[in-house]
Amino acid sequence: MELSRRDFLKGSAAGIGGVFLFDALAGGVALAAPIKKIQLTRQGKETPTICPYDASGCGFIVMADAKGKVINIEGDPDHPINRGAACAKGASLRQLSADNPWRLTRPLYRAPGAADWQPVEWGWALDKIARNIKDTRDAAFLPRDKDGNIVNRTESIACLGGSALDNEECYLLVKMARALGLVYIEHHARI
Amino acid sequence: MTNHWNDIANADVIMAIGSNPAENHPAAFGHITAAKDKGARLISVDPRFTRTSARADIYCPLRSGTDIAFVNGMIKYVMDDINANPRNYNMVYITEYTNAPYLINPGYKGPGELNGLFSGYDPGKKSYDKATWQYQLDDKGIPKKDKTLKDPDCVFQVMKKHYARYTPEAVSRITGCPVDTFLLAIQTFAASGATGKAGTILYAMGTTQHTYGTQNVRSYAILQLLLGNIGIAGGGINAMRGESNVQGSTDHCLLYHILPGYLGVTQNTDTTLAKYLERLTPTTKDPNSANWWQNYPKYIVSLLKAWYGNAATKDNDFAFHFLPKIQAGQNYSHIALFEAMDAGVIKGLMVWGQNPAVGGPDANLERRAMGRLDWMVVADIWHTETANFWHRPGVDPATIKTEVFLLPAVVSYEKEGSVTNSGRWMQWRWKGANPPAQARDDLWMQDQITRRLKALYAAEGGPGAEIIGSLVWNYGDEHPDVHAVAREINGYDLATGKLMGSFANLKADGTTSSGNWLYCASYTEDGNMAARRDTTPDMFNVGLYPRWGWSWPLNRRIIYNRASVDLDGQPWDKEHPVIKWNPAKGESGGWDGDVPDGGWPPINVNPQTTRWPFIMKAEGHARLFGSGLVDGPLTEHYEPWEAPVPNAMSGQQNNPVIKVWRPEEQGTPDKYPIVCSTYRVCEHWQGGQMTRNMPWVIEAQPEPFVEMSEELAAEKGIANGERVIVESARGRIEVVAVVTMRFKPFQMNGRRVHQVGIPWHWGYTGLSTGPSANELTPHVGDANTMIPEYKAFLVDVKKV
Amino acid sequence: MAEKAILFDATKCTACRGCQVACKQWNGNDEYIPTEPNGVKASNRGSYENPPDLSPSTWLKIRFTEVESGGRVRWLFTRQACMHCTDAACVRVCPNGSLYHNGLGFVEYNKDTCTGCGYCVDACPFQVPRSTRSLLTGIAKMDKCTLCTTQGLNRLDDGMEPACVKTCPPGALQFGNRDEMVAAGRERVGTLKTMGWSGANLYGENELNGLHVMYVLDDYPAVYGLPAAPRVEGVTRAWKNVIQPLGWAVGGLTIIGLGMNWLVARTNAKKEAK
Repeated sequence: MELSRRDFLKGSAAGIGGVFLFDALAGGVALAAPIKKIQLTRQGKETPTICPYDASGCGFIVMADAKGKVINIEGDPDHPINRGAACAKGASLRQLSADNPWRLTRPLYRAPGAADWQPVEWGWALDKIARNIKDTRDAAFLPRDKDGNIVNRTESIACLGGSALDNEECYLLVKMARALGLVYIEHHARI
Repeated sequence: MTNHWNDIANADVIMAIGSNPAENHPAAFGHITAAKDKGARLISVDPRFTRTSARADIYCPLRSGTDIAFVNGMIKYVMDDINANPRNYNMVYITEYTNAPYLINPGYKGPGELNGLFSGYDPGKKSYDKATWQYQLDDKGIPKKDKTLKDPDCVFQVMKKHYARYTPEAVSRITGCPVDTFLLAIQTFAASGATGKAGTILYAMGTTQHTYGTQNVRSYAILQLLLGNIGIAGGGINAMRGESNVQGSTDHCLLYHILPGYLGVTQNTDTTLAKYLERLTPTTKDPNSANWWQNYPKYIVSLLKAWYGNAATKDNDFAFHFLPKIQAGQNYSHIALFEAMDAGVIKGLMVWGQNPAVGGPDANLERRAMGRLDWMVVADIWHTETANFWHRPGVDPATIKTEVFLLPAVVSYEKEGSVTNSGRWMQWRWKGANPPAQARDDLWMQDQITRRLKALYAAEGGPGAEIIGSLVWNYGDEHPDVHAVAREINGYDLATGKLMGSFANLKADGTTSSGNWLYCASYTEDGNMAARRDTTPDMFNVGLYPRWGWSWPLNRRIIYNRASVDLDGQPWDKEHPVIKWNPAKGESGGWDGDVPDGGWPPINVNPQTTRWPFIMKAEGHARLFGSGLVDGPLTEHYEPWEAPVPNAMSGQQNNPVIKVWRPEEQGTPDKYPIVCSTYRVCEHWQGGQMTRNMPWVIEAQPEPFVEMSEELAAEKGIANGERVIVESARGRIEVVAVVTMRFKPFQMNGRRVHQVGIPWHWGYTGLSTGPSANELTPHVGDANTMIPEYKAFLVDVKKV
Repeated sequence: MAEKAILFDATKCTACRGCQVACKQWNGNDEYIPTEPNGVKASNRGSYENPPDLSPSTWLKIRFTEVESGGRVRWLFTRQACMHCTDAACVRVCPNGSLYHNGLGFVEYNKDTCTGCGYCVDACPFQVPRSTRSLLTGIAKMDKCTLCTTQGLNRLDDGMEPACVKTCPPGALQFGNRDEMVAAGRERVGTLKTMGWSGANLYGENELNGLHVMYVLDDYPAVYGLPAAPRVEGVTRAWKNVIQPLGWAVGGLTIIGLGMNWLVARTNAKKEAK
């Protein structure tokens, strides 16, 4: 199903209370988002996404040019939760893009006691991080507690974060952290 | 949420308490407007008059930290009104679906009798022995009931006695809310107790961030159960939550005390898998109780199979000992974590898109603690205060020996994956734009680090190397395949290699895998359910959108929906049915509508094979009186750790079981007489990690401020827009004063108590900088969850 | 083509300011506040209302007003942007016709011919247009809401609603045929009256012969900071109808004179060359 930009944006006029009845795909599930073509001066590829701010789960449409540069982001009028609407943060989503000069563009490293950051290569950083994790973990790994119970944990490394990650990232993170024996695993949900 | 965002439009009355949806969930506020357009009333209960209050029909001011007194007063009103006007309430729901008729141990005594304590308190251990909080059992081991609700030991009567103390006058004395405003609010909300009417409670961090935050939530649940509002369309208790995937990250349990799917963390006393299961698997003797958690063994074994594959065998307890065990009784939560960091126990820290230097309580302490680390890895999209703690204002970087890595991450629309909103909708996102040159997604970073670690342990060995070696980790050579991860979370039938279609088919014998049982059915042989974009309405047109994305569990949109029908399976609310028993369906009848909480027939249709509606509770009935929490089976008012007044309800000033880490950091009202609360504004997000470098929102809300009443400003000689100092026992910050009539001093027991509030989004890094409100907040948390107290503490305010 | 209009329902607005930002996003307006390496030159002045004023890069702004009556505090949110008046002072005072009404009834402007003289800024009864002079080029231009009709960014031509309307979460903004918006506004006012808002009114239905941005208010316009009876000042009327034609006449004569001058000069020059 293709919608023109005209239909696409008119949609929101029906409002939250209205019911949208698009073609239900016959049998089975509709797995792909309809790709929308728009006839505008600002042209590009449109991709549906979900807002990264609060937990409402509002839908947005990202429009980007052939080089993947964001042209426009606004509410997804098909989305049942926000019907194309966006608050001040959602309407600002384009300023999160790679065009924002404050975005980090390469790994940075701050040596102990140093006064500044220095740019480093990914490979070097990842090697050193893995080495740090192993050394710190191994030095304080506790196979058994004082009563002889198997505990296989380390209290020397902590892991924070997760609510801004995707589900799949959260899952891999918890899988990795628990396999390393971490018990200090926490994130935004606690605070 | 028990319900979901679109469902709010079905409500007849909406109470926003401990929350501010107009500012913190602005786009979803449309559903509140939709409800209001149909005649619904909006009640806003908040210490300050917010943008939500501006749209509310009734605004109830209350002093920060007094929610329990307020809601307990509502419960008392409802219980009295049930006596006087039982026809205005759904008495079948109360007697058949809740534990109101259950008899409690006659030894139980409440705070009215014990000066603020429940029976079983041990002052030495600062904890309760819950023996007297249990049900009386019959000779079959099934809890005794009195469905007339007359027995003095039944929950209903125990509650009546408990809540009788919370008169409107007592509520007003504690909260500062005028009696008539309070009565108007409860009369309006209690109208949703009528059969067929719906009231919803929308809450957020104003509820949970207290030393009795869990009990705040309990009080809402008790009120909603008495009003028959759980399980129905337009009802529920709904935590709105603040980050796009905070629900998913919680479901996957990036929290010390749980494993994916809310399985309890393993502890040192779990010497075998059987012992772990014995500790955590609930049992019941009631043949009509589904007791869904009896499936615990299937879920943990399927998790172990997902993680350790062929290394998890029946002979080695499915690699049970590969899971790290916490020390029983020890706390490892956020506050404890930073205390351990400060004590030098934690040497390395990984931070994924979080900013504790701004968002953590007692921020000065937490920033200081970071300096004790050997190393820190931060993955984020731009510089954060956490990554830059070593050169924060007033600190000489040379004195901080921590090695810091700052890894450039990508934003949500530069990668592919799923997120779960607070209404439990799992939705897929596609990659729509390219990130800056070398920025990488977190999945790639995690994969790279883990593969390097596996190689290091394979080459060098080390303690527990076998665990890391056995970890199943095969997501591709270049970029990890996010779909492969999503399928692993869903799980497989290991014999056939087919994706599982439901967690009901998971096995405890090692023949199935599932990385998170709650997400089993999200990615099946039919495809990626989260990616569905089909807006076909549900059968009863109550806004379920059953083919849009996917919702846990099993695409159920309203949980506890078996309580939305009468004993014959017919909806209480004929206009907004969630499910409905259809005798003509299948061979012996079936359910129409939402995915039911189990397919068993209604109570009257088949009393033998039916199951009670609250299937996650061992007794199958919702707990008005519950022994699950550490600080009491019913809700009792205590004052915040720092309070301007003594507890007007009892001699017990604070929650008696909270852990106080730093007693020396407690401020007293003689020095700090003003109540302070922290909060967010519409234009910024959390610790600013995704807004404080965005000019469009910065110009709309450029810097932190302290809101105060005209009365307080007059007392202090402060003019609107002037810079002032706000000081607590932990820190002091200088911010702009917003003097407003939206704040009013509270009158309590003849005393005038001032309240101020500060948004907490800011810090010292980025395009928009400013002092952090969390420099003022205490390192003290909820008795059950250890969620920090951000919402009620004491300060003083001065002119600069 | 049918006249169009925006209907703003102040009783539904939550001041999330999605519209304020969406306007900038779509129209490519930079932040008003200049940024600098160590932060933004912005400040809170004792209010949520920011930026402090409309500007050539802020065409729409939500105003926050606190009022208290009968012990009840109210926080009022109002939209401040071009009202697209039928009887538009700006169109009347514009010296060179850069401001004009389009076929939908909205006030458009031609930025190429605008000289940034600022007459419209002074004449507008709602204080909306803003004009600034670039320090680099010395060129001044007026800017204001174009109702998303800027060339190349024209949403209306593509059948879309203006960016502000589309983004509004509580549905406080609607866009459509003006007569339908008037009907919707009247109906809402009726509902508000039954709810006890005796002062409820539809602002802009008749003001200045009809605004193309109308407000549903639950209280009198003055409470919301709107002029109770906006009017085009006499001097402004005179400007468009009398003085400006006169000006054109004078200007025209001047140009003719200059042309004559040039012709004479050229003739003289040619003569000298010979």
